[in-house]
Amino acid sequence: MNYFTLDGLEVPFEEGDTLMSAARREGHYVPHLCWHPRLGQSGACRVCTVKVNGRLAAACTTRASADQMVENRTTELDAKRRLLLQMLFVEGNHFCPGCEKSGDCLLQATAYEMGMTGPRFEEFYPDRPLDASHPDTWIDFDRCILCKLCVRASTEIDHKNVFAIGGHGIDTHLVVDSPSGKLVDSRFSADDFAAGVCPVGAILPKRRGFVIPIHERRFDRAPVAEESWLENDASTRESTDDTGGHDEGA
Amino acid sequence: MMTTIRMQPTDSGSDSERQIVELVVKRYDSRKDALVQILREVQAETHWLSRKVLHLVAAAVGLTPARVEGVASFYHFFHLQPVGRYHFLWSDNVIDRMLGSRMLARELCRLLHIVPGKPRQAAPASLDFTSCTGLGDQGPAVLLNQHQVLTRLDELRVVEIAELVHARVPIEEWPGEWQRVDDQLRRPDVLLASPAAQGEALRATLARGAEATLDEIVISRLRGRGGAGFSTATKWRACLHSPCPAHGGRVVVCNADEGEPGTFKDRVLLTRQADAVFEGMTVAARVIGATEGLVYLRGEYRYMLETLQSVLEQRRRDQLLGRQILGVDGFNFDLDIHVGAGAYVCGEESALIESLEGKRGTPRIRPPFPVERGYLDRPTVVNNVETFCAVTRIAQRGGAWWSAIGTAQSSGTKIHSVSGDCARPGIYEYPFGVSIAQILEDCGANSGAHHAQAVQVGGPSGLCLATDEFERCIGFEDVPTAGAFMVFDETRDMFETARGFAHFFAHESCGFCTPCRVGTELVVRRMDKLAKGHGSIFDETELRELESLLHGTTHCGLGATATNPLRDTLARFRPAYEQRLKSPTFTPGFDLDAELAAARRVTGRDDADAHLVWQE
Ligand SMILES: Cc1cc2nc3c(=O)[nH]c(=O)nc-3n(C[C@H](O)[C@H](O)[C@H](O)COP(=O)(O)O)c2cc1C
Ligand code: SF4
Ligand code: SF4
Repeated sequence: MNYFTLDGLEVPFEEGDTLMSAARREGHYVPHLCWHPRLGQSGACRVCTVKVNGRLAAACTTRASADQMVENRTTELDAKRRLLLQMLFVEGNHFCPGCEKSGDCLLQATAYEMGMTGPRFEEFYPDRPLDASHPDTWIDFDRCILCKLCVRASTEIDHKNVFAIGGHGIDTHLVVDSPSGKLVDSRFSADDFAAGVCPVGAILPKRRGFVIPIHERRFDRAPVAEESWLENDASTRESTDDTGGHDEGA
Repeated sequence: MMTTIRMQPTDSGSDSERQIVELVVKRYDSRKDALVQILREVQAETHWLSRKVLHLVAAAVGLTPARVEGVASFYHFFHLQPVGRYHFLWSDNVIDRMLGSRMLARELCRLLHIVPGKPRQAAPASLDFTSCTGLGDQGPAVLLNQHQVLTRLDELRVVEIAELVHARVPIEEWPGEWQRVDDQLRRPDVLLASPAAQGEALRATLARGAEATLDEIVISRLRGRGGAGFSTATKWRACLHSPCPAHGGRVVVCNADEGEPGTFKDRVLLTRQADAVFEGMTVAARVIGATEGLVYLRGEYRYMLETLQSVLEQRRRDQLLGRQILGVDGFNFDLDIHVGAGAYVCGEESALIESLEGKRGTPRIRPPFPVERGYLDRPTVVNNVETFCAVTRIAQRGGAWWSAIGTAQSSGTKIHSVSGDCARPGIYEYPFGVSIAQILEDCGANSGAHHAQAVQVGGPSGLCLATDEFERCIGFEDVPTAGAFMVFDETRDMFETARGFAHFFAHESCGFCTPCRVGTELVVRRMDKLAKGHGSIFDETELRELESLLHGTTHCGLGATATNPLRDTLARFRPAYEQRLKSPTFTPGFDLDAELAAARRVTGRDDADAHLVWQE
């Protein structure tokens, strides 16, 4: 077995593993938003930035190899992550107290974990109209962090290509594939894997307000770093089992 | 009001849209990977890409409409809203601005009753700004309908342009002189002084053999001219040793994206030495065993396309391209030109490959590198225009000859695009090792009216050097460069230069990763805040923190270098910042008094009590 070290601990890995997939299989927490065990790599959010032999790299896209000394939860790296999270918070419109996802939200939980106490930067207050056209699901683009998990899920698992990314720079945005551009006219269904994969409160089921009360939600039970990962992920190996779809941010 | 306003597309107009789409898509065999080319050619006919047109294209190539919209909205040159029949894209590099471009744009807008970036329905013309068009030595420059270029704009010409637009004179009838592009070759050396390549390098390659030619490249110590300076021989060898998939062999790609502001040497190489570029690609093909090549020509250089294609035609006739090159059995290689659509990030080799495949120009995760899995998953060598030129001369004259020129770590010559405050802007080729001071002297940067205070070497992603560093030398061991050399005299405000570059990077960020997408925007907002006089010492702390974050956490080199101008000017031209950071207490960028303007308007008041006293 090959090993790399993560904050001094030995982590075994297999051929083809990234630092993230190997660490997660062993139950270690590497902060992340856009990584998912069942979906292809992305590298967009950069919250999983670690130091590999002294050099900054994204854990989710860096192949594991035996000579790596990886720093993860250092003060310096968590400070960088905090800045990245603050960027995501000001870029969109995140009013946590009024959000159904509060307590289940990976962005919010990671921000707590990184010790974020305020937005720091000025809010951009973008104007992003809501899509409430679909009978079962609504999309609140205000909260979208462009992680592309829904894009990948819809393509790789649902084979529907309901979502795509449009624009560039700060105008980058999620696009829904349908003649009208609205979710109701797309091939989306509330049973899709893509319907449950959003780490934030951008894609949410309708008529499900506060079924689980605040204080009893996922990250109320345990902070994100201490969650029982193996329990939450159906499998950290690229599984072919389609039933365990509700892991990250479900 | 003019009476000849063109009508909005009617139903019969839609039929013609359908025909246009069918024709273009057919030309590309309905290939998904030709999407960017298809959209370009459709738009050339339809002027903009309506939702309807995008859906027609999607159906014709078999992609989802959302994918097509995602691609179309990625590139700056695709219009998803109607634009005028005369669409002006004003080159907005600091060098153009120093030549008065912004003032001229304002003037044209006034004459045409238009607002930049806001096309007015039924107006014949529209105007927007674009990143450097690669004509800084003869600016202010403008791109017209993403096809023609207008150089050396001045006040008189702007008035004449407005008259032609008002009279609806077709662009083909505009004075040819306005579109003149000069090479401004000031100092040719071994690359630019060579006669056109007519197969000598290919004959030498065939005589020597592929393996021995690669050895010559090793001996030459040639390093890539696109910026990173990677060993060309090492790259080729890695490609040669990568297995090919069943669906296709190795590919040679020439990076002619030349998006770095202030760089225009590839433009001149493609004008004067196109044969050497294509021959270098053919040598590469022989060495790595490729049969297909692609040139990624930046959209701004669209005006060169026909000339370049005629060079290719001639080479095919001369048996220097195509099947059985120089009569050698099995030596088959041909190449195509792909025209970009306005995206600086597509110069990054993996984003370039995505774009060649008809996708959004988002840089790929590496590894795998292009040499392992590049264009359509085939092993691909990507090299800069100048690198291929050098390859031709090395194949012809030998590696030792090239290696004897230059310095220990940087062999050969390097071509510089000189612009800005100097008497003789243009193209200068020097052996590596030349000092900044020498180039400044040769281009007349310290004569008469000019006295250089700074040089931006390698463009905004390169280095900004001040007078005490002018003895430093060009080379990978000291001052590396991809070819831009922008001179600023002592009248220039280096904070404004850095602010212009900050806008450039935010404009060009592909939007994929958080630190670059949001970070470049935050830097712009800080810099604009300082420019408006709302700066405080806290802003400097934040700018430095953003600088340090972007350096290392981004997905690609664009974000990683986006704050270089900020870092360099903060270190070297602090007084330019200090005067703007004087407030020791926090000053919000938010102007409360200005926000009250609407309330004043509604209440019809403008007395002192309706204003907040805003303190310094
Ligand atoms: C944002 C960005 C833009 C780039 N633009 C160009 C370009 O316009 N032309 C170019 O040759 N290389 C460009 N590069 C470098 C390419 O990625 C690549 O290294 C180069 O084309 C390799 O060719 P070479 O080895 O001959 O230099 C760019 C890199 C980045 C990160
Ligand atoms: S909607 Fe949710 S899953 Fe989709 S990109 Fe936005 S944040 Fe990610
Ligand atoms: S750094 Fe990130 S956002 Fe910027 S251009 Fe590269 S991939 Fe795109």
